[in-house]
Amino acid sequence: MDFLLDFVGTAFGTAVDVLPIAVILVVFQVAVLRRRIPNLGRILSGFVAVLLGLTLFLIGLEQALFPIGETMARQLAAPEAAGAAATPSGETQVDWRDYLLVYAFAAAIGFATTIAEPPLIAVALKAEEASGGAIGSWGLRIAVAVGVAVGVSLGAFRIVTGTPLAWYIIAAYVVVIVLTFRSSRSIIPLAYDSGGVTTSTVTVPVVAALGLGLAANVPGRNPLIDGFGLIAFASVFPIMSVLGYSMATSWLNRSRQARRSSVPLPK
Amino acid sequence: MKGPVLALSRRLFGAVRDLAPIIVVIAFFQIVVLQQPFPNLGSVVVGLVCVVLGLTLFIQGLETGLFPLGEAIAHAFARKGSVTALLAFGFCLGFGTTIAEPALIAIAAEAADVASQAGAIVDSDASRTAYAFNLRIVVALAVGTAITLGVLRILKGWPIHVLIIAGYVLVTVMTAFAPDEIVGVAYDSGGVATSTITVPLVTALGVGLAASINGRNAMADGFGLIAFACLSPMIFVLGYGMVI
Repeated sequence: MDFLLDFVGTAFGTAVDVLPIAVILVVFQVAVLRRRIPNLGRILSGFVAVLLGLTLFLIGLEQALFPIGETMARQLAAPEAAGAAATPSGETQVDWRDYLLVYAFAAAIGFATTIAEPPLIAVALKAEEASGGAIGSWGLRIAVAVGVAVGVSLGAFRIVTGTPLAWYIIAAYVVVIVLTFRSSRSIIPLAYDSGGVTTSTVTVPVVAALGLGLAANVPGRNPLIDGFGLIAFASVFPIMSVLGYSMATSWLNRSRQARRSSVPLPK
Repeated sequence: MKGPVLALSRRLFGAVRDLAPIIVVIAFFQIVVLQQPFPNLGSVVVGLVCVVLGLTLFIQGLETGLFPLGEAIAHAFARKGSVTALLAFGFCLGFGTTIAEPALIAIAAEAADVASQAGAIVDSDASRTAYAFNLRIVVALAVGTAITLGVLRILKGWPIHVLIIAGYVLVTVMTAFAPDEIVGVAYDSGGVATSTITVPLVTALGVGLAASINGRNAMADGFGLIAFACLSPMIFVLGYGMVI
């Protein structure tokens, strides 16, 4: 019964999300385009599948993964787990090395939630199609996930050390700008897009819980000031990793071609 | 009959593979690192089944519904050839999908509380409601403008990095002048426009447009709408904070 109520509630929420899109589409269709959409029945059934799928997905996450993920994030951030107990003098000393497990967890959970992120799956499928297979959908998703992993892990390090967020973000943007000018023009828009799609349904709740848990547990940190910012890390680093991924693949292709052309042709 | 069943089972397998990393990471940290049993294992398993089925349906729906729809609309606008109609559509799509976004409603309410505590607005229910509502309008306008500008960029073939970098420089400069309490809200508002349904539709629209215009390349010109939609709310909200 609870499950049914949950389902109806979440389905209703998702439907409200879709309603404005549907209204705009219908209005422009009728008033401006005046052209029949091909395969309308199939498209509508696809819409229903998206709605149902998203509803089930959210309910399942709510029930299975979020509670454990959030509790885990808090427990790992707790001083006992990190071993950052009070020193004999009674003063709490924060040593960033006591939190190695937290950085490992941050990287692992950042990677894993990004791989399952539905908007990223959509963009990756589209990128594979638009690039004619040159950008593989798995390659892109793994590149983005590695970026999020590094970003969230570094963000956790920042919370533990209490260094200012702005330094990291500005430095990251400087790297992004440098990489942009060294990348091929065709990858840049996709790389910029991948920063925005990672911070969505699956990643945000778990990563935000990790940030708040850390800020509440590390001595001398204030959740209100230090707890945020992990999301900002998670949106900058994928830009870097996607630009890097494209450089690596084009370099690999070039060296493979060079090797092929250097092989003497059989007589 | 055999074809669809095979396709469905392949999708189910794909969804399991997508979710495997999360399950492995959580199980590993729970069992090996924290050395604790799983609380109510039954409901976890039911939830996981829901997640797998949901992801399978979602991806199925992407390919039969959202992607073809975005492309069909892009082609229809390209064939009609009216730039004004296309830009108007882009604006409405951005505005309409953002104004009702639950994440934005939550952020706006929170921002109103922060602003009233900081003394930026009168501490009353009416002024808080008005502030939150205005903030939602501002963010929706920002996303509408972003999609319009992004579509214009695809039509004209402008290089994206110049616009984006200029935008971030503007954000940096405005951060220095905006009141402190609005900065966090502004940065958070960048992420709200990228909901799970908007992203596939907008991406398909951009790629479809770039593919159907001569001289544009789907890869080099079609992406980037999401990047604009993430950036512009920060600028608009910082501006709003400076005006109020």
